[in-house]
Amino acid sequence: MSVLVNKDSKIIVQGFTGKEGGFHAEQMIEYGTNIVGGVTPKKGGQTHLGKPVFNTVSEAVEKVGADTTIIFVPPAFAGDAVMEAAAAGIKVIICITEGIPVQDMVKVKAYISDKDCILIGPNCPGVITPEEAKVGIMPGFVFKKGRIGVVSKSGTLTYEAADQIVKAGLGISTAIGIGGDPIIGTPTKEAVELLMNDPETDAIVMIGEIGGNYEALAAEYISSTGNKKPVVGFIAGQTAPKGRTMGHAGAIVGGHDDTAEAKMAILAKNGIHVVKSPAEIGKTLVEVMNK
Amino acid sequence: MNLHEYQGKNLLKSYGVAIQEGIVAHNVDEAVEAFKTLQKDYNSEFCVIKAQIHAGGRGKGGGVKLAKNEAEVKEHAGNIIGMMLKTPQTPGGLDGEGKLVRKVLVAEDVYAPDFDACKEYYISVLMDRGRKCNVIIYSTEGGMDIEEVAEKTPELVHKEYIDPTLGLQGFQLRKIAFNLGLSGQAFKEMTKFISNLYKAFLGSDASMFEINPCLKTGDDRIVAVDCKVDLDDNALYRHKDLAELRDTDEEDPTEVEAKSYGLSYVNLDGNVGCMVNGAGLAMATMDIIKLSGGEPANFLDVGGTADAARVEQAFRIILRDPNVKAILINIFGGIVRCDRVANGVVDAYKNMGDAITVPIIVRLQGTNADIAKTIIDESGLEVHSAIQLQEAADLVAKVVA
Repeated sequence: MSVLVNKDSKIIVQGFTGKEGGFHAEQMIEYGTNIVGGVTPKKGGQTHLGKPVFNTVSEAVEKVGADTTIIFVPPAFAGDAVMEAAAAGIKVIICITEGIPVQDMVKVKAYISDKDCILIGPNCPGVITPEEAKVGIMPGFVFKKGRIGVVSKSGTLTYEAADQIVKAGLGISTAIGIGGDPIIGTPTKEAVELLMNDPETDAIVMIGEIGGNYEALAAEYISSTGNKKPVVGFIAGQTAPKGRTMGHAGAIVGGHDDTAEAKMAILAKNGIHVVKSPAEIGKTLVEVMNK
Repeated sequence: MNLHEYQGKNLLKSYGVAIQEGIVAHNVDEAVEAFKTLQKDYNSEFCVIKAQIHAGGRGKGGGVKLAKNEAEVKEHAGNIIGMMLKTPQTPGGLDGEGKLVRKVLVAEDVYAPDFDACKEYYISVLMDRGRKCNVIIYSTEGGMDIEEVAEKTPELVHKEYIDPTLGLQGFQLRKIAFNLGLSGQAFKEMTKFISNLYKAFLGSDASMFEINPCLKTGDDRIVAVDCKVDLDDNALYRHKDLAELRDTDEEDPTEVEAKSYGLSYVNLDGNVGCMVNGAGLAMATMDIIKLSGGEPANFLDVGGTADAARVEQAFRIILRDPNVKAILINIFGGIVRCDRVANGVVDAYKNMGDAITVPIIVRLQGTNADIAKTIIDESGLEVHSAIQLQEAADLVAKVVA
């Protein structure tokens, strides 16, 4: 099973012939991901990396049956690219682009709300189901196949967690980088829910950050399932000062509930195994699994 | 990006929002000139001298004064321009060193002539992350700290959520005016005020507008007496005119410099500097430093390319802080290969010669981590290398002990 992406996903790359899109498309193809083509307006009809290029997403859906897209379009046009994919009937939209204006995302969220699709990101590393599909910019070799699901707002911190999980003798079912922006398509709770209902996932690692209430909502959901699967949680930014944006646009402590401390307390109260140190994710996971 | 009060007011005015008029002055002479102009053009007998810095609570630190005549304008402007203004929001708070005031806004006295008939309100516009739409927050309790009002009397803080596709509707404008207890001309003025305010918010891609106080004058006009404007940095590419309003004097000079190199840097008070790739891992690294007995001296995300030039720039920026006793470099190599980063660190170290006087701990994990460790270990430099995050944490603990 796994979630969101697998070996049968028919994936296109939006921004296919661009520098970023082209580089990562090559990496994904090398990993064995089923890339069926790409979209770059006005370059339709060409071939890039041995795959067809289309002018529009609709055309890609029609001609090669695309059902998943990964977006590398620059921030000024990325919101539009997400809406185009949703309108064309793409089911899984993964947007890597960082720096999309917040008001663009307000519109995008409203536009896709009645479309039959899931948006992951923006400002995220993507999604990987090891040995099946890497639809993102993560280093594939770090993610060995296994039965641990990962949900994270951050890129490199996801790699860190995956590395610890693998070194602890376990592996990854699907890792979902949900993104670090104020508005993202699939917040923590929705991503955790996918893994909670995935028969090939036994436990979940959930990595959050200061800012917003996504982790708190996820914690309440996890508790409402009767803690069906063990969850190890970490919140980055315990030492972040109030009122400063820490790299990710969404990582800012506004009020009391935004702090790492407050979030960790909510996680712990809801039966999540909270680690204070990011170096202890793998170790704690093994302890929890052996209980 | 934050704007000064006077810049924010100009923005609002361009959208038809009524403001307390004013003129910026950089010295006493300009302040006196501004006072005379306000008397002539706006029939304002008195004026208010307001320090222009990027921090709220200016009145509490003596940065806002009413001047009733030319002598008082001279006195207050003279005192305020050049002062180190301490407010609850400047670094270190009211006990801190404060912020240098470089200019003042000489503003009309909108409370005259009928002070008792004036009423202050609170209005802000921002994006609600939970609902993923914009919200107007408003209250009859203007001129006060809204967080305090929300805590003590939550029933006095109202919210109006705005449909992202349809926009702000007429009934919502009326609801806001009714809830603020307005009638007659003031009611009409308020609906117009809010409508234009929201247009300005969308038109400028703002992250936040806060009008506190928003004043109903004795003659039933509605004007923005103060305003705090925060713009979305990611949208500045489509607002070149607003981007030019950036006042780097108000920002930490080191942070401004870091930004020019493409480094995301935030200066902090601690003793262990850090250099990391990725914002999440950077925050986690700061947390590790704290758990190991140190205090993070900064947040620094070097981004996707950590070559020698980048590493050197980052080193120089971190080392400018005299409190730094050690530096932890934490890179998880993915697309970025660790051996390249290791060579970057070694080259930067050699280029800088004697400039590096504190121990460096380098943790490189991911692509080619083993080769990277060998490069560091065989460089002959005083660099401690680690592969596991826990090893790095232990090294930090040893260094700060």
